[in-house]
Amino acid sequence: MSSPLVAAAILLPALGAPLIALAGRRPNLREAITLVTGGLTFLLVLSLLPAVSGGARPGAELVQVLPGLALAFEVEPLGMVFGLVASGLWIVTSVYAIGYMRGHHETEQTRFYAFFALAITAALGVAFARNVFTLFLFYEALTLTTYPLVTHHRTPEAMRGGRVYLGILLFTSISFLLLAVVWTWHLAGTLEFTPGGILAGRASPGMLTVLLALYAFGTGKAALMPFHRWLPAAMVAPTPVSALLHAVAVVKAGVFAVVKVVVYVFGIDLLRDTGVSVWLMYVAGATVVLASLVAMTQDNLKARLAYSTVSQLSYIVLGAALANSWSVVGSGMHIAMHAFGKITLFFCAGAINVALHKTEISDMAGIGRQMPVTMAAFAVGSLSVIGLPPFGGAWSKWYLVLGAVRADQMVFVAVLAVSSLLNIAYLMPVAVRAFWPGAAAPATGGHAGLHEAPVLCVVPLCLTALGCLLLFFYSGSLYELLRPLVGL
Amino acid sequence: MEAHLPILQVVVPLMAAPICVLLRRREWAWAWAAVITWLSLAMAVALLRRVLSAGVISYAVGGWVAPWGIEYRLDAVSAFLLVLVALIGAVVVLYAPASIAGELPRARGNLLYAAYLLCFTGLLGIVITGDAFNLFVFLEISSLSGYALISLGADRRALHAAYQYLIMGTIGATFYVIGVGLLYMMTGTLNMVDLAARLQPVLWTRTVLVAFAFLSVGLSLKLALFPLHLWLPNAYTYAPSFVTAFMAATATKVSVYVYARFFFGIFGARYSFQSLHIETFIVPLALLGIFVASLVAVFQHNIKRLLAYSSIAQIGYMILGIGFASVTGLTATLVHLFNHALTKGALFLSMGCVAHRVGSVDLRAMRGLGRRMPFTMAAFVLGGLSLIGVPLTVGFISKWYLVLAALEHGWWPVAVLVLSGSLIAVVYVWRVVEVAYFREPDPSAPVVSEAPLSMQLPMWLLVAGTLYFGVHTSLTAGVARRGAELLAGGSP
Repeated sequence: MSSPLVAAAILLPALGAPLIALAGRRPNLREAITLVTGGLTFLLVLSLLPAVSGGARPGAELVQVLPGLALAFEVEPLGMVFGLVASGLWIVTSVYAIGYMRGHHETEQTRFYAFFALAITAALGVAFARNVFTLFLFYEALTLTTYPLVTHHRTPEAMRGGRVYLGILLFTSISFLLLAVVWTWHLAGTLEFTPGGILAGRASPGMLTVLLALYAFGTGKAALMPFHRWLPAAMVAPTPVSALLHAVAVVKAGVFAVVKVVVYVFGIDLLRDTGVSVWLMYVAGATVVLASLVAMTQDNLKARLAYSTVSQLSYIVLGAALANSWSVVGSGMHIAMHAFGKITLFFCAGAINVALHKTEISDMAGIGRQMPVTMAAFAVGSLSVIGLPPFGGAWSKWYLVLGAVRADQMVFVAVLAVSSLLNIAYLMPVAVRAFWPGAAAPATGGHAGLHEAPVLCVVPLCLTALGCLLLFFYSGSLYELLRPLVGL
Repeated sequence: MEAHLPILQVVVPLMAAPICVLLRRREWAWAWAAVITWLSLAMAVALLRRVLSAGVISYAVGGWVAPWGIEYRLDAVSAFLLVLVALIGAVVVLYAPASIAGELPRARGNLLYAAYLLCFTGLLGIVITGDAFNLFVFLEISSLSGYALISLGADRRALHAAYQYLIMGTIGATFYVIGVGLLYMMTGTLNMVDLAARLQPVLWTRTVLVAFAFLSVGLSLKLALFPLHLWLPNAYTYAPSFVTAFMAATATKVSVYVYARFFFGIFGARYSFQSLHIETFIVPLALLGIFVASLVAVFQHNIKRLLAYSSIAQIGYMILGIGFASVTGLTATLVHLFNHALTKGALFLSMGCVAHRVGSVDLRAMRGLGRRMPFTMAAFVLGGLSLIGVPLTVGFISKWYLVLAALEHGWWPVAVLVLSGSLIAVVYVWRVVEVAYFREPDPSAPVVSEAPLSMQLPMWLLVAGTLYFGVHTSLTAGVARRGAELLAGGSP
């Protein structure tokens, strides 16, 4: 079903980018363009929801690059979820960025907002890709458009971080992912995402295992160990970029690609019958636990949140690897739940930086007195990431556990349980000690009394925290949307 | 007139060259060269359209019928290459005047443009001719004028580079003519189609084997296959910018085309690959070329030299495609001929812009250039992305076919190595990007502005080509595929 709305939704942010660049001299106009573009994009994406919920698959074909390889889009449930999360949270992040960039007196803001817009186009291109080729194209575009954002400060430190970022992401995508894409084409003769997969009967289980490995490790943005180092390295970026990277665009594009390949290229029935993805369960499980352990050792708040993200992303990969209906639904839900939870946490980290100039957790005892709203939101985000009701993260974790049970992989139920405990260990102390510093002397940092972040920072983080709460109650709609993905 | 287009394609620039010498004023010499080049482009496009619609064009020079007379023969591949050479020439000739004004203020315009027209003629002739000895004539025409053009470079080392190229190039051309001579001895003909037919009964004689060896080595010298590439880095580095851009985009490509024509068309794939197993030589050499050249490129400070080593690596990719001896492999080679010409042309033109304003192409002089010359550096980045093989650029199309060809053969390590070559390209492209965008300009260096429009437009034309043909591949990949099927099917 051809629909111009799909291409319009994807291209609109890219069209906004040159406008933003032109309005560079007038910051308020520039910010207005960003927000208007963001709002319109979200509305366009939202307009696709009724059709997709009803079973339709709106799409568009732009051009045939090679015979059989088309640059084409098609919106299906998983892409709809990712698209909504990306476009919706872009608006929120833009508002936050205005507050942060101005509050922090950042330079080169025009370049920042322009590349932000381009990155969103790339993310939506990934979300709505109809075939592996289009996905790969926008995946690479995402790497390249976020590079200037990661290296925004242009310090030697930023350059080093940028090298690790680009190095790992391009290394994995060129060495493994491109090989996987060409190999898939060679095996199946097509790259179109098809319910049930395109590889049945095309290769031996051994070959399929290698192919899956190429896809999983080739998708460096999914941060499977040992290719996860780019995430902490990207912490050199300004916090709105980290919020974008770690909640919205980049990491979700990675795990989204993995889930999409598992469901639409391999097919979960094929994976279940051949056991080709069992090794991936163990790699993902190991990443979940190891990353959590590393997170506990980090004193820098953004670094701790980065490793937490590495761990949470592997939840989604684990769900895909378990290859049954419940776990894949859990993965899809976790894309949304984790997005809201983590973006809240990053927004809070940035707010603390802007208001009190603090980055290390050991300095953050007692700041609850100065930033009560921020730390309350932090607590909410933490609880959602940990997976406790009444916050959204509880539901995705529930389905992941169900999936592990269904797949007869009890060890991963244990992994999820242990991970929840570790999450409590590294997330809760931050909020708790902020409000009840206990023996540690309250660090006033020269600002006694209430000293919240700028209002443009505080409002978004409250909204996303509220989102975590609302997602708990509206998870039913999310479930209904994702059901056709796995034929439930 | 229409019927005589094939011979006019060569005669017009050939006769225009001496007339160019008579035009004393540099502007007149340039204008004459530009008009002739664009006229040649129009003729080449007309020929391509005719070939694509009506099939192979055969033209008997002077009315003497083949195989006694010289035949000019155009099929899809050679017509396509004809347009490529003419197109590059047409773009570069627009770029030339401003570039020469900066780099070679005292050069004699009439002589320079005359040499350029001769080189242009030679390359067109190589592509269009269907006679093996006639090919040698044009090879020498293009080579000798090429040596002269390179020696005009501002740096004193240009003379040495031209001399080095002259020695190695002449050895290559001599080997070629020895090979052709041996074939003539065994078959009595020089016409390529006739040669292919008459070679069949004598293929397994020692003479033909020796001819094959001489031809391979001779052509390998000309196309700079590792380890016979030693002339290329110096020649490209020290030649004037527009000469480098022109030659990098055409000369080696034409030699690769001749290589493919001989291996597939004249000797036949069965002899070359199934009997002689030439791929056991050329595939390892190609892979070595890709790796060694890419790694050496990483450590270069002179960016023209970096791009020269990158070219050697890219030629390795083309020979690798030939080594696959499959339709997909040959498609990869043929499409990469075109794609690389566009990419490298654009990259060398951007370096010419930098040389024009900054006076040097050393990396240390390029600090902060991203801010001072944003358009030029943007063109470099886009060309670099095509070298890496990012989707939507022509470089991706070539890589796609190469990896596919490797997988079709089941040659896993080769597929991995092709992709690793891209990774090394990331490293050397990013070196330049980091210096241009992340470093502050040297305070003592004079402030430079963007290159003149007459240099920017041709550069952006080629960059636009790398993006356009990375998306709309029906012409390039389609012709490449047709050509590959023709050649691999044994059509001479």
